[in-house]
Amino acid sequence: MKAILLLEDGTVFEGESIGVPGTTIGEVVFATSMTGYQEMLTDPSFAGQLLTFTYPLIGNYGVNDEDIESGKVQAAGIIVRELCDVYSNWRATGSLADYLEKNNVVGIKGIDTRALTRHLREAGVMMGAISTEYDEKELVKKIKKAPNYGNINLVERVSTDEAYSWTAQSFADIKPENPKCKITLIDLGIKRSIARRLAWEDSDVTVLPYNATPVDVEATEPDGLVFSSGPGDPRQLYGTVNTMKAFIGKCPILGICLGHQLFGMAMGGEIVKLKFGHRGANHPVKNIFTGKVSITAQNHGYAVSEKGLSSEVVVERVNLNDGTIEGLRHKDLPIFTIQYHPEASAGPNDDGYLFKQFIDSVMAAKK
Amino acid sequence: MPKNKNLKKVLVIGSGPIIIGQAAEFDYAGTQACKSLREEGISVVLVNSNPATIMTDVDMADKVYIEPINIEYAERVIAEERPDGLLPTLGGQTGLNLAVELANAGILDKYNVELLGTPLEAIQNAEDREYFRALMKKIGEPVPESWIVESKEEIQKIIDSNPPYPLIIRPAYTLGGTGGGFAYNAEELMEIGCRGLKLSLKSQVMIERSLLGWKELEFEVMRDKNDTAITICSMENVDAMGVHTGDSIVVAPMQTLTDKELQMLRSASLRIIRALKIEGGCNVQLAMNPNSYEYYVIEVNPRVSRSSALASKATGYPIAKVSSKIAIGMGLDEITNAVTGKTKAAFEPTIDYIVVKLPRWPFDKFSQADRTVTTQMKATGEVMSIDRTFEAALMKAVRSLEIGLDSLTLKHADQLTPADIERGLKVPTDERLFIIAEALRRGMSVDKICDLTCINKWFINKIKNIVDTENELKEHGKEIRALTSGQYATHPEAVELLRKAKTLRFPDKLIARLTGALENQLRFICRNHGIVPTFKMVDTCAAEFEAATPYFYSCHEREDETGCRFGCEITPQTSTQTPKKPKAIVIGSGPIRIGQGVEFDYCSVHSAWSLKKAGYESIIINNNPETVSTDFDTSDRLYFEPLTVEDVLNVIEYEKPDGVILQFGGQTAINLAKPLHAMGIPILGSDFKSIDISEDRDKFEHMLRQLNIPKPAGRAIFGIDEALEVAEEVGYPVLVRPSYVLGGRAMEIVYSEDELVTYMKYAQEVSPDPDAPILVDKYVLGKEVEVDVIADGTDCLMPGIMEHIERAGVHSGDSMAVCPPQTLSQNVIDQITSHAINIAKALEVRGLMNIQFVIDDEEVQIIEVNPRASRTVPYLSKITGVPMVEVATNVVLGKTLKEQGYGSGLWKQQPSVAVKAPVFSFQKLRDVDVSLGPEMRSTGEIMGIDTDFSKALHKAIIASGLDAPLAGSMIATVADKDKEEALPIIKDFIELGYTVYATEGTCRFLENNGVKTTKVYKIGDNASPNMMELIVGDKIDLLINTSSKDKRIEQEAAVIRKASVRKYIPCLTSLDTANAIVTALRAKKAGESSDCMPIDFYLDPSKRK
Repeated sequence: MKAILLLEDGTVFEGESIGVPGTTIGEVVFATSMTGYQEMLTDPSFAGQLLTFTYPLIGNYGVNDEDIESGKVQAAGIIVRELCDVYSNWRATGSLADYLEKNNVVGIKGIDTRALTRHLREAGVMMGAISTEYDEKELVKKIKKAPNYGNINLVERVSTDEAYSWTAQSFADIKPENPKCKITLIDLGIKRSIARRLAWEDSDVTVLPYNATPVDVEATEPDGLVFSSGPGDPRQLYGTVNTMKAFIGKCPILGICLGHQLFGMAMGGEIVKLKFGHRGANHPVKNIFTGKVSITAQNHGYAVSEKGLSSEVVVERVNLNDGTIEGLRHKDLPIFTIQYHPEASAGPNDDGYLFKQFIDSVMAAKK
Repeated sequence: MPKNKNLKKVLVIGSGPIIIGQAAEFDYAGTQACKSLREEGISVVLVNSNPATIMTDVDMADKVYIEPINIEYAERVIAEERPDGLLPTLGGQTGLNLAVELANAGILDKYNVELLGTPLEAIQNAEDREYFRALMKKIGEPVPESWIVESKEEIQKIIDSNPPYPLIIRPAYTLGGTGGGFAYNAEELMEIGCRGLKLSLKSQVMIERSLLGWKELEFEVMRDKNDTAITICSMENVDAMGVHTGDSIVVAPMQTLTDKELQMLRSASLRIIRALKIEGGCNVQLAMNPNSYEYYVIEVNPRVSRSSALASKATGYPIAKVSSKIAIGMGLDEITNAVTGKTKAAFEPTIDYIVVKLPRWPFDKFSQADRTVTTQMKATGEVMSIDRTFEAALMKAVRSLEIGLDSLTLKHADQLTPADIERGLKVPTDERLFIIAEALRRGMSVDKICDLTCINKWFINKIKNIVDTENELKEHGKEIRALTSGQYATHPEAVELLRKAKTLRFPDKLIARLTGALENQLRFICRNHGIVPTFKMVDTCAAEFEAATPYFYSCHEREDETGCRFGCEITPQTSTQTPKKPKAIVIGSGPIRIGQGVEFDYCSVHSAWSLKKAGYESIIINNNPETVSTDFDTSDRLYFEPLTVEDVLNVIEYEKPDGVILQFGGQTAINLAKPLHAMGIPILGSDFKSIDISEDRDKFEHMLRQLNIPKPAGRAIFGIDEALEVAEEVGYPVLVRPSYVLGGRAMEIVYSEDELVTYMKYAQEVSPDPDAPILVDKYVLGKEVEVDVIADGTDCLMPGIMEHIERAGVHSGDSMAVCPPQTLSQNVIDQITSHAINIAKALEVRGLMNIQFVIDDEEVQIIEVNPRASRTVPYLSKITGVPMVEVATNVVLGKTLKEQGYGSGLWKQQPSVAVKAPVFSFQKLRDVDVSLGPEMRSTGEIMGIDTDFSKALHKAIIASGLDAPLAGSMIATVADKDKEEALPIIKDFIELGYTVYATEGTCRFLENNGVKTTKVYKIGDNASPNMMELIVGDKIDLLINTSSKDKRIEQEAAVIRKASVRKYIPCLTSLDTANAIVTALRAKKAGESSDCMPIDFYLDPSKRK
């Protein structure tokens, strides 16, 4: 079945429908990681976005029940050059094509994804739609009518409604028998890997919804607090920023991605929208203090700028490509935040040690 | 970490001659290293014995020494130059081994030379299996069960312990897996194990559990002093474990691994490079169980390698260049990414295409060779292709190979029996890829093929997609034919099918064959329906950042990135990026193969550089990932494409160049002359007419008659009767060969009617064009001479004359040659000069031409003329100081020789002598007979240059590995026809101090002539001393064996020759070579001492001290 991808600026790509027929609207973004499509599709940070894979062959190794970061496909749509119909991997339980269908994902294949990427690189990310139903004219109207990505509270959609205690969800998970500390994880759209990594460090993880109040958080008696990654514009989340502020100075805090941006806001920093974001698994980040460079997985469209940032924090890490802030550290308190994804999945594990570093700081603070 | 300020001068060691396992990739790496170091203001001293390389150009380094790569010469260079540092990791295993030897011998300490980059300890840790295993165990990386042995007794111990067969055997400290193999039982273990002990520089062999059938995966990794470590490229071998990665089909990036698996292996690779403390680039090979997370670390190469060259070309990331900067102390975050110009070298390339590498094997030249591919590499070269789908990249790669195929169908596919197919799937050979396709065509299931080949289902399915598309085209031939013949204005299904086939990069020729449509109509109809290729950029970042790399690949997509407008009109039109500059395309020479080696890449690169100098925009089309020509900063624009007419035309239609230069890309490029000429594409330099005359026997002879230039009697014939007739006419022996072939392929000297009949049957089989005639000539047994000339229509410059050491009958590529000539009379030199000038004029040569002569008793006769650059151009350029390719490029652009300061005739004689000697890879090709003949067999060459002939000759002998001791033992077994001639040579050896063993006939002859020898028995004689016993028992230093026409004797002789190769004993099959060696040894013994100085000092004595 034919499908079209239409961008807000009128650019059209014709291709073939994948997943289910229908229409979907979202921010069109591209990710440059060559593997990890299942992790990316299920990452809540991609909510509200039509995800373009720059690697042209997607679906090679099928899908499985393990490489998922949440219970469902979160991306609003998928854009690929080729969806491989025959997959091959020992862990595969099915094809990506079937998986998209089961998850009711509207997608498109057979388009020149490199041309699309070059366009987005030049013009910036923008709203767009994939459709098997409407012609261009009607689709333009639909896009115009739809709320802009930045104005949607996507975190509300992806965050848990209820508090829960993290338990093993897959082969790689462990629920520590004798946890050494209690970590409260604020769910802004968590990837399972974040909770998993904390559990690997022998912590008892309680997950709270994004709108948990300081009282709710206090009730979990946390030794440390983690603010997760998640979708959308952080400026939608002043409530969560306030909750964070209430604990600055009370316990160690780790912020990842969106959580990092909220900390930036809490410390007076300004949020800027990046032209086409950082989405991929090859971003070099330099630790200014050690001079070491890590290759990191990234997925963000906004960044904290140094403007207005309190002198209580220092910029610890920067992106070598564009110099944007990749990590903040509080000068006096055991708080540090990371713009990228040390939990990897998909992507390199270079900075997985940061979870241990955080738990170590939690243990130090406990004493 | 800024660069080390104490480094002012650095020594770089090259990799020497091209051999299997060590090819052009090290010219690429070495050239990048030199450039990279000089960019940082460091003075570079280079040592390499291979003249056919870009890196040995005088202006690549501050001092270039073309001297043998051994400890003696290295020390002399160090003593003379006193470098502050030595960069050992850019010259392949040869360079690395020499650096280790220099360090161990205390020479580096003595002269206070710092070993740059990876520390010596790290090199040893990676190279020495025992250290390596211990280190892997320490950091928790799994290595397969294995044993290190240093003696026969230890091998026996393993056998006694009942090990898990199959076992894999690898000698330590060798090149490209030399001497390794699989043992399925105790007997094989003992045989291969003992061979390995001998081949290893340290008499050390590793025996290991075989992981046959596991996935073989590779990471190219880099690390700097600051411990920042990154991976550049992941690669997956399509062939499972058991096939050397150099002989495997390889794709990048990995295709069948999930992110979890890939990251697990990536993390392991980084842990390994960190544990080894490597500073620079390194290759990590891993094996992974296809059904679990289980993996093993197989091997680490602590240096740049063939894989790193491939990874550089596959991603655009210049590994050798960055490695060199790391070696002088710079950090990855301080080195600029040359591709984007903005970002840093500390990042991991991500790509948005798939890369396929196919090996190029020499089995077309070596029909007797065992075509099975195993752990011992046999490929001489490789091709790479890039596209947006695997199928497309594979189709392009296949036609880049130039093996006469444009699809996955073997010529003899329909003759294969089901048993052939099954065996062909089970046993990996050069044909397996095609047999997979044939099995699919015959309906074998994908699963069964996976079982038989151990190749992942994903790849087999992609091949199936190609086969299915072939079938679709066949089925819809009628519709496609109707479409192309204009019967349908449109036919959407047919158009879509064409689009699909073209997107999978089916060539028009193949579509025409499958559908019955006409090729040129297909081209036309595709254009009418907008089915045209586009070009995309290789930019290291999947388009995330704007890149300035002018490096393109073709694909069928929506957007083109060349900035050129596509169109059929050929009128020159400049691209938007650089208005006004004229443009020229240099066609490269494709994969390295016997007969067409790195020399032609040298020529292509120089031509591109000369174009730039002349104010042209230079464009290179080539597909060899190992070379300098495919470095994106060699030309102004690089297209990575097959070199077929269709693929080249695609580029031409975008670029619309002012002309195409064909004369530097070997036979590959010359083959395009006729079709491009027919399309009206302007060819710069000698045009199709010159090529046609030189290749068409009748026209050529007519020309020679008119010029009154003699040639050996004979002519072009069709069929056996005519062949016999000609042979009768001119008299046996005759030299026979098919016309239009490369490197003397299928050329033979035939002594009798019977042999001629046998030959004719064979020649018809191997000729690429069954209608092409066979050439039958009188075999003139005289001295062979060759020249390369540059002509501009008026003048004809002859930089030098090369006199072959071996007489006619040995292929010119396999002969030793000396320049200037040592034994030619002025009369002969005058004839050569005048013939060359006359032929250049008659052929209207513009640019380079090579002529081969045979001297028949003071009469100079023509053997062959090629109006193009030849194998000897780099050698001749270096020893005469005439930049031949530059001069020729200027000529083809219209600048005369006079305008360039040159005239007609022989260029001034140089005050030095240079001997070029061939280097063979027989160690890697066990079943190939080593005897010299009219068919070329060498893979590379070296040069010995010095102030006189015997010194230069001795250097050439050392550098080519024919190094015989001043005294020792030798076996002589000489055919009757050669006995007289052999006598003085053998006497000379005895005088030097050699003990001579001779076989019965030779022995009797020698004794009769007063030469004392020891009789040695033949293998079959079952008596002692036996030839085999002497060879295997290491009792022999040299073997002289000339071939006899007696088949039975020859068979045994071949066994002996092969055995000597196995034991690394020089085997001389030409008395001329033997004579040269004894001459050189005699001079050496007389105390003559060689010189050691930069190449330009030899040419200009005023530079010497």
